[in-house]
Amino acid sequence: MSTAAVRVRGPRGETLAAYAFLSPTFILLGVFVLVPMVGALIISLQRTNGFGAGTFAGLANYDTLLHDPLFWRSTLNTVLFTAIVTPLSMALGLGAAVLLNSVLPARGVFRSILIVPMAVSGIATALMATLIFDENSGILDKLFRFLGLPDVAWQSGGAAAFVSVVLVTLWWRVGFNMLIYLAGLQGIGEDVHEAARLDGATGWQRFRYMTIPLVGPSTFFLLIMNVIYSFQVFDIIFVLTGGGPRNATSVLVTYAYDTGFVTRDQGYAAAIGMVLLLIMLSFTALQWRTNKSRDLAG
Amino acid sequence: MSTHMRTRVRNRSRRGMALRIALAVIVSAVLVFPLYWMVVVALSTRAELLGGALRLWPRELTLANFQRVLDSFPVATWFSNSLAISLVTAIIVVVFNLLAGYAFAHLRFRGATPLFLLALSTLMIPVQVIMVSLFRLVTSMGLYGTYWAVILPTAASAFGIFLARQFMLAIPRELIEAARMDGAGHIGVFVRIVLPLSKPLIAVLFFMSLLSSWNDFAWPLIALKQNDLFTLPIGLLYLQGQFGSDYGATMAFALINVAPMVVLFLIFQRHFVQGFARTGIR
Repeated sequence: MSTAAVRVRGPRGETLAAYAFLSPTFILLGVFVLVPMVGALIISLQRTNGFGAGTFAGLANYDTLLHDPLFWRSTLNTVLFTAIVTPLSMALGLGAAVLLNSVLPARGVFRSILIVPMAVSGIATALMATLIFDENSGILDKLFRFLGLPDVAWQSGGAAAFVSVVLVTLWWRVGFNMLIYLAGLQGIGEDVHEAARLDGATGWQRFRYMTIPLVGPSTFFLLIMNVIYSFQVFDIIFVLTGGGPRNATSVLVTYAYDTGFVTRDQGYAAAIGMVLLLIMLSFTALQWRTNKSRDLAG
Repeated sequence: MSTHMRTRVRNRSRRGMALRIALAVIVSAVLVFPLYWMVVVALSTRAELLGGALRLWPRELTLANFQRVLDSFPVATWFSNSLAISLVTAIIVVVFNLLAGYAFAHLRFRGATPLFLLALSTLMIPVQVIMVSLFRLVTSMGLYGTYWAVILPTAASAFGIFLARQFMLAIPRELIEAARMDGAGHIGVFVRIVLPLSKPLIAVLFFMSLLSSWNDFAWPLIALKQNDLFTLPIGLLYLQGQFGSDYGATMAFALINVAPMVVLFLIFQRHFVQGFARTGIR
């Protein structure tokens, strides 16, 4: 993901051509992302009433945020969700990739099965999950009863509901992680493994000291993608739990949506969004720096 | 190697193989089960769904759930809305991102690095951060109430730029310079040299944007208010609101939403995986 290869300067004709090639994308990004971004910053400084024009209120919205328990709860949930889902989906994805990169009959079929959830829409995934996790008539409930296991309050218990969201997300996301790791593994020649095997390295040693360092770039890419994705998790929570029970699964994006389009306090919603963006930016900057220093150290 | 040692190695690798197969089967079963269950519920009678016993396959199959959905909702309209919106979005994304990817990979110009980073950083902005002001913008542009209210903001995506640049960096510079020597302009090089070599990239980009637009939920939920403009995911939410706990009907409609992409995905999966590997994300 290095940008070092991007050349800095060139002849004037080439510069003009480059800008022409870039303009369609950048016009779209400018109009539909960057302009609304500035707009959101402005709205976050306003006291608003429905969809009408607001009045400047300085940092009032941000001040309210500091004393809003639901905001803190949603922030905590967002960070917790990211901190749980990111490493889990990467570890499971790497495990699956190693498994499906080894000699195995019907390898193609297994690969297809693992990545198929990627093609399912978030809302269909969430509705399907509603069916599975329903605490009264869900298949999981029936299965637990059949096996004589205790009932789990997947819907009315806060922690259990949070776990259900994590499980559904993993079902949906592991395939993507596996796909990227698989691409990384296929870049490692079989001869490297063969050499290590002849040198007497055990399976675990080969995994720990060769596979993991060699898929490093995939890991870095996935770390960033998973964090970005986790901070934006919306469809599943919106449909499966609606942020409940008692806000146990409320995250910043669902809180911002509810505030902006249900209770319609748009200035406040924009302020929530700004904080979310700030957290994401610092997370990513941190990863970027860690990766840079690791590269330098290596 | 002695015969004794060879047998031991073979035994160990046979045991390893059995273990790997078992693991792959278990993981696959867990991942397939929700999809299987979706099909089962969609084809089950209401009485069976309300029964309390654990039953992993239906006793009798019925299409009544599909019938009920088709009778009560404009499914065909929603389906064609989804198709139109995702096709147009995917075409715009592919064309625009290929152009930008070429510039970042092979043209030398002032501001390349900052512009590239700017494009990448837009990936980090969740739609919920800008939704309020984007909604106002789209409304003031007169797009609200049309397909474009969904298409244009969705097509403003930078993920493809990154993929396109990575892929095109692998196209030899000499090839492009040779064509330039022969008097080809930048557009000529792009059309005659770069595009024909980028087929796997085009396939990946097209399919990924088609998929994400077909399944998109958060922004269409805000941008589509009239029933007759709904896409399938928004229709699905609407149906769930109306039918509540009619799980059979909900899953029947969910299948209509999910099936086309899953089938496409299975057909093109090979190309997709290879294309991804060749875009150089490693």
